[in-house]
Amino acid sequence: MTGAPVLEMRSIVKTFPGVKALSDVTLTVAAGEVHAICGENGAGKSTLMKVLSGVHPHGSYDGEIRFQGEGCSFKDIRASEARGIVIIHQELALVPYLSIAENIFLGNEHAARGIISWNETLKHASRLLKRVGLKEHPQTRVADIGVGKQQLVEIAKALSKKVKLLILDEPTAALNDEDSAQLLRLILELKEQGITSIIISHKLNEISAVADSVTVLRDGRTIETLDVRSEETTEDRIISSMVGRDLDHRFPDRTPYDGTADTHPALEVRDWTVHHPIDQQRKVVDNVSVHVRRGEIVGIAGLMGAGRTELAMSVFGRSYGRNISGTVFKDGKQIRTKTVPEAVGHGIAYVTEDRKQYGLNLIDTISRNITLSALPKVTKRGVVDEHEETRVAESFRKTMNIKTPTVFEQVGRLSGGNQQKVVLSKWIFAGPDVLILDEPTRGIDVGAKYEIYTVIDQLAAEGKAVVFISSELPELLGMCDRIYTMAAGRLTGEISRAEATQEVLMRHMTMDKR
Amino acid sequence: MGPVPTDIKKSAPPAPRSTGPTAGALLLESARRNMRQYGMLIALGLIVVLFQIWTDGVLLKPNNVTNLVLQNSYILVLAIGMMIVIIAGHIDLSVGSLAAFVSAACAVMMVEHKVPWVLALVIGLVIGAVAGAWQGFWIAYVGIPSFIVTLAGMLIFRGATQIMLGSRSLGPFPEGFQKISTGYLPSVGPNTNYHNLTVLMGLVLIAVVVVQELRSRRREQEYELDVLPKGIFITKLVAMIAAVLAFTMTLASYRGVPVVLLILAALLIGLGFVMRNAIVGRHVYALGGNQAAAKLSGVKDKRVTFLVFVNMGVLAALAGIVFAARLNAGTPNAGVNFELEAIAASFIGGASMSGGVGTVFGAIIGGLVLGVLNNGMSLVGIGTDYQQVIKGLVLLAAVGFDVYNKRKVGS
Repeated sequence: MTGAPVLEMRSIVKTFPGVKALSDVTLTVAAGEVHAICGENGAGKSTLMKVLSGVHPHGSYDGEIRFQGEGCSFKDIRASEARGIVIIHQELALVPYLSIAENIFLGNEHAARGIISWNETLKHASRLLKRVGLKEHPQTRVADIGVGKQQLVEIAKALSKKVKLLILDEPTAALNDEDSAQLLRLILELKEQGITSIIISHKLNEISAVADSVTVLRDGRTIETLDVRSEETTEDRIISSMVGRDLDHRFPDRTPYDGTADTHPALEVRDWTVHHPIDQQRKVVDNVSVHVRRGEIVGIAGLMGAGRTELAMSVFGRSYGRNISGTVFKDGKQIRTKTVPEAVGHGIAYVTEDRKQYGLNLIDTISRNITLSALPKVTKRGVVDEHEETRVAESFRKTMNIKTPTVFEQVGRLSGGNQQKVVLSKWIFAGPDVLILDEPTRGIDVGAKYEIYTVIDQLAAEGKAVVFISSELPELLGMCDRIYTMAAGRLTGEISRAEATQEVLMRHMTMDKR
Repeated sequence: MGPVPTDIKKSAPPAPRSTGPTAGALLLESARRNMRQYGMLIALGLIVVLFQIWTDGVLLKPNNVTNLVLQNSYILVLAIGMMIVIIAGHIDLSVGSLAAFVSAACAVMMVEHKVPWVLALVIGLVIGAVAGAWQGFWIAYVGIPSFIVTLAGMLIFRGATQIMLGSRSLGPFPEGFQKISTGYLPSVGPNTNYHNLTVLMGLVLIAVVVVQELRSRRREQEYELDVLPKGIFITKLVAMIAAVLAFTMTLASYRGVPVVLLILAALLIGLGFVMRNAIVGRHVYALGGNQAAAKLSGVKDKRVTFLVFVNMGVLAALAGIVFAARLNAGTPNAGVNFELEAIAASFIGGASMSGGVGTVFGAIIGGLVLGVLNNGMSLVGIGTDYQQVIKGLVLLAAVGFDVYNKRKVGS
């Protein structure tokens, strides 16, 4: 099984401003195998593949790449594709309003002197579609076929480039069972035809189904490479390799929540189901029931695509999804949260995971961002009192330790950690009873993280109910009284502070209940 | 991202630290934040000086200043509304046609049906509001891009105007209606060679400005905010007083304050206040700056967008009425290209194509830059052909300068 290595990546180091994404990664892939890469969110999987495919050009990283025995120094994707390395990203790179055939040969058209030969194009497209087992006419618009079939079109496109090494970044994350199975079968068929594949996945059952070996990354390092076919490589073995890190973050001391005497949870969501906004057959949140009490910090753990953000956003004013069903209770009474103002009116706040896209008006000042969701509080007789507003912003600048010369600074000029503090300030100023924090420490440095943990602690101590969504398990373990786990839209576990370890959480997070 | 100014403390000298930033830093800071507006104010000043010299002083003669106000009033009215539309992240191409439609409707009402002019005026404004609501409905609630909806509106209202008027020009109008555009405040009191009421208004305005500035400064001190040092504050105050005084005395030595200037002042103050200090104004900025974030903050995005277009409709109607009153006739080709002038004024005055930035005051500055250019170039005998070329270049330069500046600051 283990042929000669077709790909060797040695001591790869890649730094972004302020972050070391890859600190020492070594990857060896044998010819003709299916090689899985797994690791937590942020472990460096996607970055590594971007280095390999030339998205991060040669020179922007350190280390050596050898493909088919020759050194590689790709300056862009075209250079890597010329050598037969093709990457298929999680977000598909297809033009929706062009046909399948046009997409397959985009940038690589069958043409003579700039004039496309449609007969050639269609002939070749049909042949490629047959190879990937797609029974659509090549002139069908890509927008008219499902995500699963689009994935196959991507693979056909890769085949048209004479692919030797196919990289798939979480290929089944957006697919239903049937489409996933078909895709995995195709990967095995391609293997028979001599095409080597690298597949990034955190679905352990998938890995054991198709992969020959698996490399585990953690915190930008290679931990180990395991032979999947060997007896010793169990799912537990992979899990412990994925999470086996010391708790290197520090957390403020907090007295765990004990008030089980409360009669009603501050917020309770029952039988919540949400469908994907475009692919309406797919349930992104499937019959989930969760609750949080005053003074309690409840974590929600899950890997990419588990449906955590979708759950939070759909509860918060139906800001995500279609065909939402289920009920929401606040202090025991059923409430309507169909619009954001309704949700805010019931004392619910949602701090988004993507602060730049959904959290802040980057071109406006700190003070105006902080007051936006609760302007009536600084308004007298219909007039926004700018002095009062400034005073409020100043007080948050001090208590939250927002590092800025003045509160009139544009939010877009602050660092990530300080931006996050502005978003938090905004929602604390709104005075909610329930705070849903979605990845509140993503992309910020350790010092700022500690400050944010302290704030969260204080909020809980003041009797607010906190829902803490995070991909960092140590953070959840350090902060939460109780942790829900989600996988593929379903609730897979509810784990108390006492029982929770990284291994337990990861086992529930990779559980596929389907 | 530029150097994040977090290490200011580190680089500060060990000398005893003052309680706040230095005066220079404060000035620079406020200049940086209002770059485009100050830039345009300075540019306006330079253009005025240029033409003042070029026209041997004709530009700032009292009758020409009055004329400038009258000539540009309807564009300024439109620019105020357009600025708000652009801040909200939209565009309105229909305002010229809508202005024409309303002026035609008023003409038909007054000339053919002998409707009293006050009633015609009110109905005209209501028509504008309804037309704005119509467009706002499609944009806000149905989700059709404003460019498309208002392009359709441009055709619809122009067509409707021509259907209503054919090729006729309807006029003249009752004197009261004409006065909207050609009237002045009445002369009262003893003969002083100046228009007494105008002088009085100027003095009142100065008093209000001084009181406001002082109160605002005192409150800022109460809240322990950084304020401008006394010297600079007084200089600023004196400059403001001088500007108001010069303007009122110029007007007062001709025929006084035109009625239309009062309308403009009311709009500037009223809508300027709404945009800055009313919740709905804040919501407009938030929507234009980041619609997704605004929605998730509880801003009623659809309603706000709808209201912005209703407001634009009313202002377009008002512009049409002012224009008709000035022309003393309703004509099928009134208001052609007004939308383009208003859009140009907004961008020169500091709006951004992506929304979220700009002020009502900026729209006035932008409109005046264009207006002074028009007037000045006509005075020195530059043909309208060259005028268009030059105005185009000014628009390009103004926005280009801003883009360049932002890149330098933001990199």
